[in-house]
Amino acid sequence: MRSDRSTSAPLGLKIAAIGGLAFLHIPILLIFLYAFTTEEKSYQFPPPGLTLQWFAITWDRPDVWAALTLSVKVATIATAIALVLGTLCAAAVSQTRFFGRETISLLVILPIALPGIITGIALRSAFSMADIPFSFWTIVLGHATFCIVVVYNNAVARFRRVSGSLIEASMDLGADGFQTFRHVILPNIGTALLAGGMLAFALSFDEVIVTTFTGGQQSTLPIWMLEELIRPRQRPVTNVVAMVVMLVTFLPILAAYYLTRDGDQIAGAGK
Amino acid sequence: MTAAVLFENVSRHFGTVKAVDAVDLEIAAGEFFAMLGPSGSGKTTCLRLMAGFEQPTGGHIEIFGETAEGVPPYRRSVNTVFQDYALFPHLSILDNVAYGLMVKGIGRQERHRAAEDALAMVKLPGYGQRRPGQLSGGQRQRVALARALVNKPKVLLLDEPLGALDLKLREQMQEELKSLQKSLGITFVFVTHDQGEALSMADRIAVFNDGKIQQLGTPEDIYQRPQTRFVADFVGSSNILSSAICARLGVPAAAASLRPEAIAIGTSWAEQLTLPGTVTARSFLGAVNRVSVDCDGEKIIVASPAAMPVPDIGAQVQLAFSRNDLHLMEAA
Repeated sequence: MRSDRSTSAPLGLKIAAIGGLAFLHIPILLIFLYAFTTEEKSYQFPPPGLTLQWFAITWDRPDVWAALTLSVKVATIATAIALVLGTLCAAAVSQTRFFGRETISLLVILPIALPGIITGIALRSAFSMADIPFSFWTIVLGHATFCIVVVYNNAVARFRRVSGSLIEASMDLGADGFQTFRHVILPNIGTALLAGGMLAFALSFDEVIVTTFTGGQQSTLPIWMLEELIRPRQRPVTNVVAMVVMLVTFLPILAAYYLTRDGDQIAGAGK
Repeated sequence: MTAAVLFENVSRHFGTVKAVDAVDLEIAAGEFFAMLGPSGSGKTTCLRLMAGFEQPTGGHIEIFGETAEGVPPYRRSVNTVFQDYALFPHLSILDNVAYGLMVKGIGRQERHRAAEDALAMVKLPGYGQRRPGQLSGGQRQRVALARALVNKPKVLLLDEPLGALDLKLREQMQEELKSLQKSLGITFVFVTHDQGEALSMADRIAVFNDGKIQQLGTPEDIYQRPQTRFVADFVGSSNILSSAICARLGVPAAAASLRPEAIAIGTSWAEQLTLPGTVTARSFLGAVNRVSVDCDGEKIIVASPAAMPVPDIGAQVQLAFSRNDLHLMEAA
């Protein structure tokens, strides 16, 4: 029966699948292609010529560097906040029982289910009502709202598999709370945290909507790209930056995928 | 002599649920002590009170003369073998066993040597580099034992230690635990719902029900002289004779217990008590035949040696037993 499954799918299905994948990924390849074009004002096809000069030009543009630095800073701090709060929250929800546990679990996940525009408007009006000036920190806070969800979701799934008796066993053998966290909890949830942190970083790095509402004068890399598309000059610079953004966000997500996959085997080995 | 574990009027209530209710208990140093009872009887909560995972809502606990209330698990000189073993999946067997010494800050070489010795003691020498996932249930149980014993606890707590093992392995481990306890001289306290296990291993047994100790005594006491209906019923499967039957036998009592194996079917000697009845069912159990006899509407189970002839269903028989095997109980 198994061999039946491995036989070829109908030709029509194959074509549809290839067509679907092509529709998804060819536009991305085009972005890469136009990073090398010699024509700077419009995206004509095929490109009249290929050049590497846009990489040098991008390298020398201070506004690119400013946007990139801001994005990396925001993503790093938002991820750090999310790692601490998300882990604590996951520990509370999965290891203890208390009144309103399910509600808290739902409320933590809600920001990622809400459209970004609603989170953005809500945060913007909250900040202005509280007279908090829009700054670097308001962007960080905005990003932290959805970064926490990613860390929380990863951590809570792993916490459920770390049986309560492991923690009791550690305490029983003489380890205090801190030692138990360091020697038992962290090694068991470590890969989940790393994966959650990387996903959070990637999410924060390419976030546009919430940033638009919570940012002041600063622009993060995606916002900078959005502004740049309107300008008719040096368009390929945007494509070069797009390539960088893709690499910076894609690699952590890929790593996160492999980490959690291996983590399953490690955590499952004790069962 | 100071008791290894002392409970004075200890209670642990969860809201309205009295998991442990006013328990008095004294476990002597070097004793192999069993807490026996059905699930939800409070025996495991008692163990967790000793380990420090639970704090009493009332009463006083001492471990070797030291007050235990408010002392966290990591500052008690007791160690636990968990029901699910709770081996750390991310550590090798050697590091699992050495864990307690590691958190105490003992050097790598020294703690690994101690861990090797402990593994040898539980007959798993050379297993140090494996992971818990690569071991069988019985081997994991031994590792859990080594991991607890390497810390040289004053009291070793075992929570249903043999529950997850198959019958043959369980019998083998029973003997090993018993001899290990004798050679180490450490106080062992173990929780079980298996009366056979408690009877064969323990020096003394506390039978729990509804958060209270029903009876505390040696295995012979518990088995031969159950004081309450619950103990008679739970430890083995005693017959409980009603006051009406007792009156007919000429022994005035509210109830009395009678072991199935203490009853003979057939002719009786002069000094024995007899009851007439009708056989209603019989089944062959290997060493014995289990015969159900109806005596005036009360069912009495007889364990008759397999070598003896078994009466047919519907046959009228005489049940004979000695007055000494009849244990009177208060109405319970």
